[in-house]
Amino acid sequence: MKDMMLLSGNEAVARAAADAGATVGTGYPGTPSTETLEAFAREEGVYAEWCTNEKVALEVALGASAGGARTLCTMKHVGVNVAADPLFTAAYTGVGGGLVILAADDPGMHSSQNEQDSHWYAQAAHVLMLDPADSQEAHDLAREAFSLSERFDVPVMVRSTVRIAHTKTPVQVQDAAARPDARPYEKDASKWVMMPAFAKGRRVEQLSRVEEMRAWADSAEAPNRIILGDARIGVVCAGAAFQHVREALPDASILKLGVTCPLPAETVRSFADGVDELYVVEEASTYLADAVCAAGVQVSQPVNGLPKAGELSPNLIRHAFGRPVPEGSAPVEGLPARPPALCPGCPHRVVFKELSRQKAIICGDIGCYTLGALPPLSAMDACVDMGASVSMAHGFELALGADDGRPVVGVIGDSTFAHSGLSSLISTVYNAGAGTICILDNRTTAMTGRQGNPFNGQQIQGRAGVELDLERVVSAIGVEHVRTVDPNDVEAVRAAVREAVREKDRLDVLIFKSPCVLLERKVQRPYYVASCTGCGVCLTLGCPAIGKYPDTGLSYIDPQMCIGCGQCEQYCRFNAIVR
Amino acid sequence: MKKILLCGVGGQGTILAANILAEAALASGQEVKVSEIHGMAQRGGAVSTMIAVGHDVASMVIGEGEADIVIAFDKLEALRALPSLKRSGTLIVNDELIKPASVLTGKAQLPDDVDGLLFQADALVVPAEATAREAGSPKSANVVLLGAAADVLGLSAEMLQEAVRSCVPPKTVEANERAFQAGRRFAEEQGRDVR
Ligand SMILES: Cc1ncc(C[n+]2csc(CCOP(=O)(O)OP(=O)(O)O)c2C)c(N)n1
Repeated sequence: MKDMMLLSGNEAVARAAADAGATVGTGYPGTPSTETLEAFAREEGVYAEWCTNEKVALEVALGASAGGARTLCTMKHVGVNVAADPLFTAAYTGVGGGLVILAADDPGMHSSQNEQDSHWYAQAAHVLMLDPADSQEAHDLAREAFSLSERFDVPVMVRSTVRIAHTKTPVQVQDAAARPDARPYEKDASKWVMMPAFAKGRRVEQLSRVEEMRAWADSAEAPNRIILGDARIGVVCAGAAFQHVREALPDASILKLGVTCPLPAETVRSFADGVDELYVVEEASTYLADAVCAAGVQVSQPVNGLPKAGELSPNLIRHAFGRPVPEGSAPVEGLPARPPALCPGCPHRVVFKELSRQKAIICGDIGCYTLGALPPLSAMDACVDMGASVSMAHGFELALGADDGRPVVGVIGDSTFAHSGLSSLISTVYNAGAGTICILDNRTTAMTGRQGNPFNGQQIQGRAGVELDLERVVSAIGVEHVRTVDPNDVEAVRAAVREAVREKDRLDVLIFKSPCVLLERKVQRPYYVASCTGCGVCLTLGCPAIGKYPDTGLSYIDPQMCIGCGQCEQYCRFNAIVR
Repeated sequence: MKKILLCGVGGQGTILAANILAEAALASGQEVKVSEIHGMAQRGGAVSTMIAVGHDVASMVIGEGEADIVIAFDKLEALRALPSLKRSGTLIVNDELIKPASVLTGKAQLPDDVDGLLFQADALVVPAEATAREAGSPKSANVVLLGAAADVLGLSAEMLQEAVRSCVPPKTVEANERAFQAGRRFAEEQGRDVR
């Protein structure tokens, strides 16, 4: 027996993987999954790496599994979209060493561009999915997942959500299992070469495997739990929703599922038989309710209906079931919001300022620089998914053509470029596309906590990786007009942007290279405003260190926040910003 | 079970405060859940940490009217959190207000009478930065606030103090202990240890 430790769901999964003998971990960062691979990388005797994207991560993981290693692969929910291609066929090949995929969903979209439920993937791909409801379960289920993966010869998904991944709860960790010997790899083309002749065979096996998983899911071994309460209300739930239900409806009978795909249908039916009304409570999805209906069970709706989108909470469930909802004080109306902003000194700022001066149509992408969409910069027309800046810009070009006066620009970060912008750019070059692509190379993957990527060469476990030369990569693709520019030099940015957008018939790539301010934390002497005319130009930069006196309308710089980057000084036509 | 909401602005030390609370709860044999929403924390956004402590802790989310205690590291965030506070709850507020960008640039305004609104909400306003400075630990405003909340947290002061010791960097242990005690004294002097 080991001590109780306070672990987040992410840390618990990492710990369990190492204890289960996983020796390889792969992933691509993404909130709320990121800390899982970071914690795994700190374990003894394991190898971990950030890959360029989730598809690559899952393929590396599948290779490691085929080679015999127990392997962990981590990603956020939208990453599962990217990894879907190998996922569906890995469910045919099956595994060598146990392969566990952590998919962390973000209902409520705390830090994501959409909310989607990874259950659908497990169902569509015919893989097993486990749903922890706290860190102890995350630990126990993730550990068990490796054996299950080998037993059923299938990748196992552990589905977490932001409230599981980022909530610390006590965990009783166990001693590490004797590390199972890596399963020896033996050539077996009928298992691993998925060409039609072999895939047809594996497809049949896959379906029979699903039947075995169904039988297991309904067995006493499976991590499902019934809490008997008032027989008038029965609730089927899993994950964080279980915790909310337990609190909001303390009297209800609850079937708490630990395995959600395949659905333990027999268990659900017998639970349903014992209650008057059966409800399903889940977050931003109808996966469970649909599966329960398909099992032939009638699902009742609570009087006030459950929300169809967003995160659940005990209060939302209380309201749905017509229970009294506690009241707090009335909100104070009109409080100014406090949205995140680009940091003082952020190298992304000037690029957006200059692009907005060109009245460009700006296809943005995912990263800190998405904040360039917010006022006062307001420099973004679209932002959809990683890599889309480059490809959507090409689409805009096709639609608008040469007659439209507005230049089209794609803006993408270095990590996002490596993730999927690269293949978009190759497509644009191949199709002789035009426009301007700005790569904001801040030397890191800033948004998710400054992970390494191919363009800074830093690896997750501190080994020296290979740093790719961004400008040479872009040139090698066949982009003729590529330049590297210092984004803190306003004149240089302006000249480069002007030239690129003026040349409407060609493709320009501008690489803005300067480290993220959180990376180096170089704080120089702050600036101050000496003789302000109140023109307000400095305020249009959206720097959190710059404010305006309400009475005089003149600007000031907060010396605590200013890091002395000098961006605003370059914009002040009256030389009023000095130090 | 008690639910405690810590709210503030990225970089104010809410996470360390939450870790101290959790550590103390765990050491005293209670269940605890600490839920953080981060990601944008370093970029000046509002941050909050929800803590549930006690026996039979279920949900980690604090909705309207569910917080027994709100510890706000910023006065504007305190006002924003008011709907979360139980009618009989305790509100402890750092006497600081970091203006959001929209206010700095004149695009939005703060309520006319922030202090009046906090007074109406029966807040204990703690000059935490000044108190921390006096205690010789200018960066420990978060620990001062914990000290001020010590008597309502349902955890023994000894456990809390022990947790402060184990959670802060070793070199700063003494200064943080002083900050914790100073916060406690402040609350006692205000006669606010009754609830
Ligand atoms: C498919 C997918 N995977 C992961 C993420 C999570 N994510 C959001 S931003 C980001 C990194 C952005 O890094 P970079 O492009 O270098 O921009 P920076 O934040 O450094 O400005 C990641 C990994 C995502 N949104 N989608």
